[in-house]
Amino acid sequence: MEIDPLIFRLSIFILSIFVGYYVVWSVTPSLHTPLMSVTNAISSVIIVGAIIAGLSGNSDSVFNTSSIFGFLAIALATINIFGGFLVTQRMLAMYKKKKKEKK
Amino acid sequence: MISSNLSAIFYLISGVLFILALRGLSSPETSRQGNLFGILGMIIAVTVTFLSIGNFSNGFIFVIIFILLGGSIGAFIAYRIPMTAMPELVAGFHSLVGLAAVFVAISAFLNPEAFNLGTTGNIKLGSLIEMSIGAAVGAVTFSGSIIAFLKLQGIMSGSPITFKGQHPLNAIILVSIIVLIYFLCSTQSSNLFWILLIISFLIGFLLIIPIGGADMPVVISMLNSYSGWAAAGIGFTLENTALIITGALVGSSGAILSYIMCKGMNRSFFNVILGGFGGATEDAGTISTKEQKPVKSGNADDAAFLMKNASSVIIVPGYGMAVAQAQHALREMVDTLKKNDIKVSYAIHPVAGRMPGHMNVLLAEANVPYDEVFELEEINNDFANADVAFVIGANDVTNPVAKTDPQSPIYGMPVLDVEKCKSVLFVKRSLSPGYAGIDNDLFYKENTLMLFADAKKMTEDITKNL
Repeated sequence: MEIDPLIFRLSIFILSIFVGYYVVWSVTPSLHTPLMSVTNAISSVIIVGAIIAGLSGNSDSVFNTSSIFGFLAIALATINIFGGFLVTQRMLAMYKKKKKEKK
Repeated sequence: MISSNLSAIFYLISGVLFILALRGLSSPETSRQGNLFGILGMIIAVTVTFLSIGNFSNGFIFVIIFILLGGSIGAFIAYRIPMTAMPELVAGFHSLVGLAAVFVAISAFLNPEAFNLGTTGNIKLGSLIEMSIGAAVGAVTFSGSIIAFLKLQGIMSGSPITFKGQHPLNAIILVSIIVLIYFLCSTQSSNLFWILLIISFLIGFLLIIPIGGADMPVVISMLNSYSGWAAAGIGFTLENTALIITGALVGSSGAILSYIMCKGMNRSFFNVILGGFGGATEDAGTISTKEQKPVKSGNADDAAFLMKNASSVIIVPGYGMAVAQAQHALREMVDTLKKNDIKVSYAIHPVAGRMPGHMNVLLAEANVPYDEVFELEEINNDFANADVAFVIGANDVTNPVAKTDPQSPIYGMPVLDVEKCKSVLFVKRSLSPGYAGIDNDLFYKENTLMLFADAKKMTEDITKNL
């Protein structure tokens, strides 16, 4: 008997929860704010669904109700992707070690 | 157009890159590289999506337009936002993830053919369940984050809003969401889908309004977790591995952060969610006792004198430092102290500020090296050997009552042992209690000197007097 593909996706999901669990516990507490902003950015990979939706219009009309929601979702997700990664970059650039040499 | 097997492999690769992005955050040295992995993963996921659709007709130009639009808004915000506003920003971003999940679910519901999920009015059962869960969680994330954002921004009062029958009402709504999903799946009715979205928005709103300002670190982490589960729900609908992996990572990340925050306050998760903490206990009872106890208060001159004669100083920052934007002034004071060969370190309580790691980011912004900044467990034993503790903008996290009085609402909460220092300098605007609504015993200790002033101004004055 064949296994439903859903089971495979469920397996990936459950294993990823465990990966997430161990990876996040090893994040140093001083980087918890960047952790939140970067998780924000990566969860916006939901843009892949938005792009599919946005390109779902046919050659007659680019816009139908479904694709309009897709376009809006693209805009929201890219705000997050750019905003999230860039603000994380900005924060991480500030974490510096004690300077050993004198200036 | 590339085959769906090949694109599935690329989605897996981008999922792995996202794991590496979080892994990088285990230390500040590897974190920047980790962020690049995350960006790379995102570029791969988006590119593969375009290639697998292979439709570069009229719609493509609009996709690019909306990407550029969103991208420039995002970049603009990222460069302009002050570090003190990070909690608001993160709450705002969560709401966008939630709303994007809702929009994707709506377009999948309206046009299932495009997603290969069956036809309108006859969507595959599994997909419909996943879609409705994703949409409902997304809607809760959206409206909840909006409330959190308004509370953090100060547009809405930070005090909890409670009313009679609140918990039964929430319970009824939660049950009705499950019932609705059941009927939606059996009838495929679009009306039920819209109703589901509306009451999900409503419950997100109702869940967050009773939660007080000081519990915001838990709320933000919790919404972070929700946004992950919403993404995972949509990932199942779209059969997309990158989304499923990411959703699971973000979901567990937010859950762990909520757990850490709850532990930092010695409260159960349910206790926080049910809300109403703080504010309610803030009645007239505390005021009468205040008058009886003497408080020693001093000025910048006294503080500078104490610090000059110290050999080690520990600084305890809190939310007040963020409000007063005092982090740069503080760093300048510390620089002066260091020139006088005084050893300075920083002690950070897990729930200091309005989000996890809030204080660390502010200190990093002020160029404080991260190896001078310590967590509660690392530094708590050092207070006994330090000469001066400089408490700036923190309150409840230093309250010794948490260790001594079982009647106190914060009893059992881990606190910084500030009172063990030879002397304590407490910068605060007034004697008013903190968010927990209780008086801080530290104010009345023999070795405490209260400095009543704005945190930034006081720090600057001390630097002048050093």
